[in-house]
This record gives sequence, structure tokens and C-alpha cells, in this order.
Amino acid sequence: MAGGTESCIIDVEGLTTRFGDFVVHENLDLKVREGEILGVVGGSGTGKSVLMRAIIGLKPPSRGTVKVFGVDYYGADDAAREAIEQRWGVLFQGGALFSSMTVAQNVMAPIREHLRLPDELIKDIAALKISMSGLPEEAGAKYPSELSGGMRKRAGLARALALDPEIVFLDEPTAGLDPIGAAKFDELIVNLKESLGLTVFMVTHDLDTLHATCDRVAVLAEKRVIACGPLDEIRRTDHPWIQEYFSGPRGRAALAAEAG
Amino acid sequence: MVRTLKKELIMTDSAATFDIGMQDGVLNLIARGDWRARELGGLDERLRDFADDSLGRELVIDMSGVDRLDTAGAMVLQRTFLSCQTRTEISRFIGAKDAHTALLEQVRDHLAPCHVAPLQGNAVIVVLDRLGRGVVDAYYSAIEVLSFIGVTLSTAARVAMRPARMRWTPTFHHMEEAGLNAIPIIGLMTFLIGAVVAFMGAKILRLFNADIFTVELVGISVLREFGVLLSAILIAGRSGSAFTAQIGSMKIREEIDAMRVLGLDPVEVLVLPRVIALVVMMPVIAFIAAILGLIGGGLVAATAMDISPALFLSRFQETIIINHFWAGLIKAPFFAFVIGVIGCYQGMEVEGSAESLGQRTTLSVVQGLFAVILLDAFFAMFYLEIDF
Repeated sequence: MAGGTESCIIDVEGLTTRFGDFVVHENLDLKVREGEILGVVGGSGTGKSVLMRAIIGLKPPSRGTVKVFGVDYYGADDAAREAIEQRWGVLFQGGALFSSMTVAQNVMAPIREHLRLPDELIKDIAALKISMSGLPEEAGAKYPSELSGGMRKRAGLARALALDPEIVFLDEPTAGLDPIGAAKFDELIVNLKESLGLTVFMVTHDLDTLHATCDRVAVLAEKRVIACGPLDEIRRTDHPWIQEYFSGPRGRAALAAEAG
Repeated sequence: MVRTLKKELIMTDSAATFDIGMQDGVLNLIARGDWRARELGGLDERLRDFADDSLGRELVIDMSGVDRLDTAGAMVLQRTFLSCQTRTEISRFIGAKDAHTALLEQVRDHLAPCHVAPLQGNAVIVVLDRLGRGVVDAYYSAIEVLSFIGVTLSTAARVAMRPARMRWTPTFHHMEEAGLNAIPIIGLMTFLIGAVVAFMGAKILRLFNADIFTVELVGISVLREFGVLLSAILIAGRSGSAFTAQIGSMKIREEIDAMRVLGLDPVEVLVLPRVIALVVMMPVIAFIAAILGLIGGGLVAATAMDISPALFLSRFQETIIINHFWAGLIKAPFFAFVIGVIGCYQGMEVEGSAESLGQRTTLSVVQGLFAVILLDAFFAMFYLEIDF
């Protein structure tokens, strides 16, 4: 398990990010392997979302490199960056759908922008992604404001999948969903990962999601990744925050183990 | 070695192609290359034609030549397959890699087309529908604005009876924010307008050899109309919209609901200080605006014409009666009141989303300006009737 640097699809090395004088990450290292679901956890304000934004190019780091598909993102030229950007999809926390477009138009937007395809085919692809994201047929013609939170996330996922990305970034995919909806979303993510061979980078707070979906878990604390590995391994790590997180009243690890 | 080299070549650039064959009376579709979304542009049309021509016939799709497949490629293949096949024992995919078979399976259940945009009805009916809704909405929103004015006035009366309830700190804050800070820009605007009016007047009045009437032109127009009207227009754009945005974003964050639950009256806490601040400050702003308008006119008169400041002033004192000044200033608090109330009303009407906030802010300015102009016309008629 320890080997395989060559199959690292994302490789973050020595990352330092800061807002003014406030240092969020210092000398942070993280590797994401091809085809895995990596869950990133950490307390509020430890910079989980900032880490994701640093990887997807929205928050340039003050030091360190971010390699995606083996290419240094921040050192690459515009063409190389665009090529990388077409190979990943991002689901933002609230879905981040364009409010002036219907769901189908949202999904069609990146396809139309990057590929030269006949309109009929673009519509068919959009319909396929919408259906694969678990949305009903009639959702395509709806505006984001007409959707529930869960449906908005699914629509956002459909848009993230529009260009058949190899990596999908999910920022708190189950936050704000009821437990049933969250469980279904977990299932959807695992299904899609299996059938499409995706690599998933997921920022989450949800312990159930960690259990249900993640192959490995990275724990952010003290401005770096303090532990990274399969959930069982992480749970045994002797770090006060990790212990509190997984063994606290909400750390239903024991509960799940008992039930299983 | 040769294999990998060949594979490399195919990986980099291999267009998706297909050939149609016939074997034992069964159609054969042999797919080759990269069946990925970006490659399908020239293929889709031909595949659709093929599917139309061979509707209901048996079809075997040979996938052994396919290097890469994504969901879009799987979709068009599966679509073609499903529109052709009649008996599954004969019709099938052959030679597909395991991953490709899985993808083909995956997309099979998700082929239903979906609507892209809401259905549009008949254009005439849509226009009529919109017109009807517009009229009805205007009617109800007029009633609601009137009722909001009523609520504001009754709250003001209640507070007036118990002055301890008046919130002075926010009131003074808004007086500074909406009043004091607006003075430079409004002053500059009326100064320029005063100058423009003087220029135009001078040019035309000179034709009649009546240059000196420029003083009356500038004096009456600036005092009666321009000073106060320009102030109101700028305040509606500057503060009416700000009130809507402030109260609207509080509405979005459920702060208004929190206030109600805590027993605070939002009208008393939010609306009243804003409206009172505007009503108090508007006459001050209008006064300063008028003075600067006169200075602008006077400056042009002195530089472009031969009307010295002394002559301008003495002529001004002779011909402009004080009524003109009051006629303008009296309007100021009324304008301020409608701008403030409409701004706050639109803020309270914001619902949920940021789009709604944007729409309401636009409405606040449009309605505020409309109300100000309407009121101004009403005042003009009123003054005419009473010979003021």
C-alpha cells in the first residue's frame, strides 16, 4: 500500500497557504492515489476547503507545489492548465449552479465551451449526466432556485461530471442533507466512482460518509496533514483531536462496528 | 514493444470511426478508435441516420477496435443499439473490454432525454399573460406600498408618544451615511446643472437681447425644481437602493425573523431610523444643492456673459421672491419620505435568494424615482392652483 508514487494523481508537496499574516497550511504534504476516494477531515478553520481550493487553482499557495496528473499546476502555462481543468470536475458546497440557467443548461455549459459537438448530442449528454446523478427527468428544465438542497447538489455533481473528468472534487457533499438523502448521495458517489473509474477528493464532516465511501482519510490539523490512511488505521492513531473526533459521542465508529 | 508503441499512437490521436457490415443477414457495426465526447462531433449525425434507416433490425456492435470509451461514447453506441435491436439473443455487443461493458451497462438505464428549458407557450398568450400579471402586480404592489406607509406612520406616531423608544444612534448613523456623505456629489451635480442651464439660457436669451433674464432662469429653475429634484434622484439611487440591500440581506439571513421572535418590531428598529434620517437630511441636502446650483449659474454668468456677481445678486434679490425657495424646499421631506419608505418596503419584500435581492434593489430605485417624479408633478399642479 505504501508504494506507488507513480500512480499518484494529485501530489501536494510543501504547501504553504496564507491569508495575509494568517498561515492556514505550513509545509503540507498530501498524495491522492488514482482511483481512490480520499476523505479530508479536520476541525472548523483548519483549512480543508482552502486545501481543495489550492489544488483546483483558486487559491495560489505562497510556497510549495501542486502536481495534478504529474504536472505542476501553478508552474504550467495556460494551455497545460486548461488541459488539466478539463480533466477534473468540482462540486462546490452549495452546488454553485449558475442561477440564470436551468439545470440542463448548467450541465451543457462546460460541454458547449470545451467541445465542438452538435447541439442534439450535447443535450443527450446533459440528459445522461442528469439521470446518472439521480435526478428525475423533469429536473432538467428547472432553475436552481426551484430545487431542494439535495437536488441542487446532484445537479452540481451532474455539471462536475459533464466532461467525464478523471478527478472529482467534492466540498462537503452531504452537508445540509437529511440522513436519507446523505446516504443516497454516498451511494451515488461510490457507484459513479466504480462505474466511471473516478478519483474522488472529498472534504467532509460527515462520519457516516467517511465510513460509507472513503478508501483513505486525511486528517488536517496543526496546519498540515497529521495522518493519512485507511479509516481503521487513522482511528488507532494516538492524537488527541483524532481520538476526540472518532471516539466522541458522534464518532459512531464503535456503534457501527457493534452493529456490523 | 511494438504493441505499446502502437497503443501510445492510438492514445494520442485516434479519431472515432465506424464501419457498417452485413453478416448472415445481421447488421454489423464495427467501432474503432477513441469513442470519447470530443471525437463524436462528426459521428453523431451519421449514427442517427444509420439508426433511423435500420430501425428494428438486428445489430451486432463490435467493440474490439475501441481504445477508449467515455460515457458520451457509450451513450451514442447504446442509443444506436437500442433503436435497432429486436431480439437480444442475436443483437449484442461483442469484443468489449470489461470496463467498457460496465460503462455500456451503466448508461443503459439513463438514456431518457430531458427538457432543457421550461416549455414556452404561444407567444401571444405569453405576452398577454405577462401583461395581465404586470397590471395585477402593479395594483397589489401599490396597495402594499400604501399599507407599508400606513404601518410606518402609525409606528412613528407610537414612538412619538414614547420618545424613549426612538433609536437615536442608528438614526444619526443613517443621517451621516445617507445625508452628509451624499452632499459632495449632489453639490457637484447641481453646480454643473446650474452652469449648464445658465449657458443654454444665455445663448437663447441673447437672441432677444435679454441676457439679464438668465438670472431669473437660473434662480427659478434651480430653486423650484433642480436643487430638490436632483437631490431626490441621487438619494433614490444612492440610499434607496442601499436601504433595500441592507434590509434585504438581513431578511435573507433571517435576521428580521429573529427580531420578530425576540419581540423587536422591525419597522421600529430598521425602517423608522432610516426614514426619519432621510426626512431630516433631505431639506439640508436640497438647500445646499440649490445654493451650489445658483453659484454654478452665477459663475457662468460672470465668465461667459457680462453679468458681474454683484449685478447677478442684486438682480436676484429684486426678481426672485422667497416663494420660489420655499416651493422647492417644502417638497424635500415628502420626496425623502417616499424614497425611504419604498427602499425599506422593497427590502422587507426580499425572499431567500440573491436574485430576489437584486430585483428588489432595482425595483426600489425605479419605484422611488417614479414616485418622486409623480409627486413633483402633483406639487407643480398644486402650486399652480394656489398661485404659489
